[in-house]
Order: sequence, then C-alpha cells, then structure tokens
Amino acid sequence: MADRRLTRRGFLTRSAAFGGAALLGGCDDALSRSPSFRELLTRAEGATQGVQRLILSNRALAREYGEADLSAHFKANGSTQVDDPGYRSLAQSGFADWKLKIDGLVDRPTELSLAELCKLPSRTQITRHDCVEGWSAIGKWSGAQLAPLLQSVGLKPDARYLVLHCADTLGRDGRYYESIDLIDAFHPQTILAYDMNGTALTEPHGAPLRLRVERQLGYKHAKYVMGIEAVSSFANMRGGRGGFWEDLGYEWYAGI
Amino acid sequence: MHSTAIAPHTELVFRHALVVRITHWVNALCLLVLLMSGLQIFNAHATLYWGSKSEPDRAILSMRAVQRDDGSYAGITTIGSHTFNTTGVLGLSGSGENVESRGFPAWITLPSYRDLATGRRWHFAFAWLFVLNGLAYLIYTIASGHARRDLAPTRGELEHIGASISEHVRFHFPKGEEAKRYNVLQKLAYLAVIFGLLPLAILSGLTMSPALDAVFPFLLDLFGGRQSARTVHFLCASGIVLFVLVHFFMVLVSGVWNNLRSMITGRYAIETSEGGHG
Repeated sequence: MADRRLTRRGFLTRSAAFGGAALLGGCDDALSRSPSFRELLTRAEGATQGVQRLILSNRALAREYGEADLSAHFKANGSTQVDDPGYRSLAQSGFADWKLKIDGLVDRPTELSLAELCKLPSRTQITRHDCVEGWSAIGKWSGAQLAPLLQSVGLKPDARYLVLHCADTLGRDGRYYESIDLIDAFHPQTILAYDMNGTALTEPHGAPLRLRVERQLGYKHAKYVMGIEAVSSFANMRGGRGGFWEDLGYEWYAGI
Repeated sequence: MHSTAIAPHTELVFRHALVVRITHWVNALCLLVLLMSGLQIFNAHATLYWGSKSEPDRAILSMRAVQRDDGSYAGITTIGSHTFNTTGVLGLSGSGENVESRGFPAWITLPSYRDLATGRRWHFAFAWLFVLNGLAYLIYTIASGHARRDLAPTRGELEHIGASISEHVRFHFPKGEEAKRYNVLQKLAYLAVIFGLLPLAILSGLTMSPALDAVFPFLLDLFGGRQSARTVHFLCASGIVLFVLVHFFMVLVSGVWNNLRSMITGRYAIETSEGGHG
C-alpha cells in the first residue's frame, strides 16, 4: 500500500515537473507558432479595444506636459532615413515640391503642399510618445488638425478608416503604412505634424509630415506620410491587417 | 514503546471549495504565462526608469551585452551605480551558435525566441483570463463568507503573531483542530497578495496604456509617471515570484501530497492523536 502510494506520488511529481519543464523548455513555442492558437490569443485585442472604446470618451485628451518635461534626446525608431529616389529628390529641395495626396472615399480628392498644410487650423501639444518596446519620450509637436481637414475634403458615408501611405521601407516587407479609424481621426489631438520641438521635422522623425495619434503606441504614428486614403476596409490591402507592424503580428488597436 | 498506543488517527476534512480550487489553478497558469510573456516584453527594452520618460543616463536597472577588451562578450546588469557580471543569465545568454544579447534568457520567456508581438498577444490574452478569474474568486470569496471566515485574522491571532512566527521558523506546523484553519501568517500573506500585490500589478500594468492614461490621468499621478508604473509592474512581478517560491517551499515542507490533494479534491488529512502532544 505504502509502495503504491510512493509510486503514485513519484508519478505525480514527475508529471508536474515534466509539465513545468515543457512550458519552460519551449514546447509553448509550437503554440506560439500555431495559426489557430494565435487566432485565439488575438481575440483579446477585440476585448481590449471594445472595453477601452467603451470607457474612453471620444474626446478624452492624452496628458500634455510642460516645456521642462521635454526629453533631452528623443529616440528615433523604425526608419530613420528614406532610400526612395522620389523622396530623396523631394528632400533635396526642402520638400518644396512635396504634396500630400488625400483620396479614396472622399468627396473632393485633394493635394496639399507643405505651405498649404501650415495654413490650416493647427495645434501644438507636448505629449508622451510610448514605444511598444517599452520606452517613453516627451516631445512638442505642431501640425494641422486632421478633423477640419477631413471635413473640408468630405468623407463619403462608407469611409471607415484612413490609411496613411508612407515613403519609407523597413526590411524587405515593403512600404510602411498605417491605418486609424474615424474615432481617432476626429480626435482633437490627432494632427499631421510638420514641426517637432519648435523646428521643422527632421528626417529621423519623419520629415516632412508624421501622424500624431496620441492615445496609441508609437508605431501608429506613421512617419514620412505621402498620402491619406479613406477606405471602408483594409482587409484586401497588403497583409490585410491595416499596417506594417500589424501585418507582422502586432495589434491594430494599440491603446495598450 | 508507548507511541504505538497513541498512533495518530488520520481524519479527512473538507478544506477547499470547488470555486477556490478551480480559480487557484487557473490563476497559477495565468501567473506563469504572464510572468514568462512579461519577461519577453521586458526584453524589448531591458531597462527600467523612474518618472514619465526614459532618459538613458537615468536608468535604475538595465541589462545588456558589452564587448570585453579581448573581443569576447559579457552580459552585465546595472542596478543604480552597481554593475554585475551576469553572463549566461541576464544581458547575454544562450549556448553555442545561439548566444545573444537579451535581458532574460530564452528558457524563461514566452515565446523562447525574441518575438515581442507574440509575447504581447500571450500577455494580454492571459491578463484578461487572470482578471476575470480573479473577479470570480473575489465575488465568491466575499459572498460566501470565505474571506471573513477563513482569511481575516482574528484579534487573538494577531496578538499571538510572535508565537506563530517562532513556530514557523522551527517548521512546527499546526496539527489537529488547528490544522483545519489557515495560520495567521498564512492569512496575512494571502491577504497581502490578493488585495495588495495582484491589484497593484494590474493597476501599474494598465497605467502603461496610453489610452487608459487619457481616461484615468490619476493613474499617472498615482505611480509618478508611465516609466515608474513600468518599474512598479516589474517589482510586483518580482514580489509575486517571491511569494510563489515561499508558497512552494511551505507546500513542500508541510506535506506536499496532502496539500496538493486538498487543492485538487478539496480533502485535507489532519492528524488527531488522542494522546495529545507526543
């Protein structure tokens, strides 16, 4: 009797140790790579987005800081330079010939020069930039508010997202792009920034124009924006997940 | 010789309710996944700060690889102004061709290979499970009276806490009637974790969300900034690991099979020797 018990105890101890070791030893990597299991984990994003959108009033502002809080060194992440020949020739003339193209599901497709953008209703804000990697930096951004610009071009009723097309490429995965929904697009702090810390955007930070969408993580803040396209869905665009990093597995809703 | 005459009589008592047993094991799984995926996320920027922003020269903890004079690499961990060589574990780990610069080693991160996106997927999915499971436990434990009856220490217990500590450090564990209840130190440890450490881990985690910071700006003030919250989150995880290690140790020394059975079937064996203290 005592022997049997010892055996059973030994078996249980061994299986518990084996189970623990399996998880610690990398059998979980098979789960991480399994498409159906990943799909299951991905459902958490829907829950997070649903709950955050529910409690987040559309106009709740991200905290704004003071001049004294500015980061001494604001890390430039992702692309820090652009190889595209078209972009290079635009940069050489100080983006004098650069134009932001706004098209897709809009009533009046538009092209705007940097000078024209600077004349639009603008906003200056000192905000915290939270990278998905974990670091934060505080910068001062000035740019054209997206909401009045969208009102002037007129969105068609079936427009649900804005896709930002960028000039940079990261690795071999093609041009950077991002997308936001209309809740974020019409938020007062959502701006097309042309100015950082009081001077024109530099190339590492996305010259001539980058998006600031303050209630989401850094990778949503697309740099080197060349065009904005209003769409009803991004399912058939590129990887189908609405952005460069999203196609590589990151959340489309980057509020956390 | 007389000891055979007072052979202890074993009695099985019902110790843990079904809800407690289920939520315990779900919680254990969640904490394991949250810890390992959390370390994957930490590795994406293996440095901690205090305040709102991360200033590289004001790090309070960092793990990284450095090149030695002879060209070889070492893993170092810096805490404040102290630097430690942690090659093989922190800052630099792996074997053979797979030696790489990484905060925590592959065997403790989820996934083992470097993949922040997947680490986040695991972390947030199990964070939801952890919170829902925790809420189910809290609702049960308060509504059923379990918290008041079994977890809240009595005035008498608190007055005799000194005696309980000295019993514990000598590994003398309660027997008979006494063993049917949680010990006062056990009660305080569980209360501190359930109502202190775990809620603090959740709050500091949520403070890292730029969206939630816009709705609840007081979270930023509570922790002193997003980077402070990240540091507090790391410390909470460390505290939970410490608690679990002590918990494992106590389970081992106070009868591993009996403890495991009581958390699986609910039945706990206690010795009721008629001869009193032998």
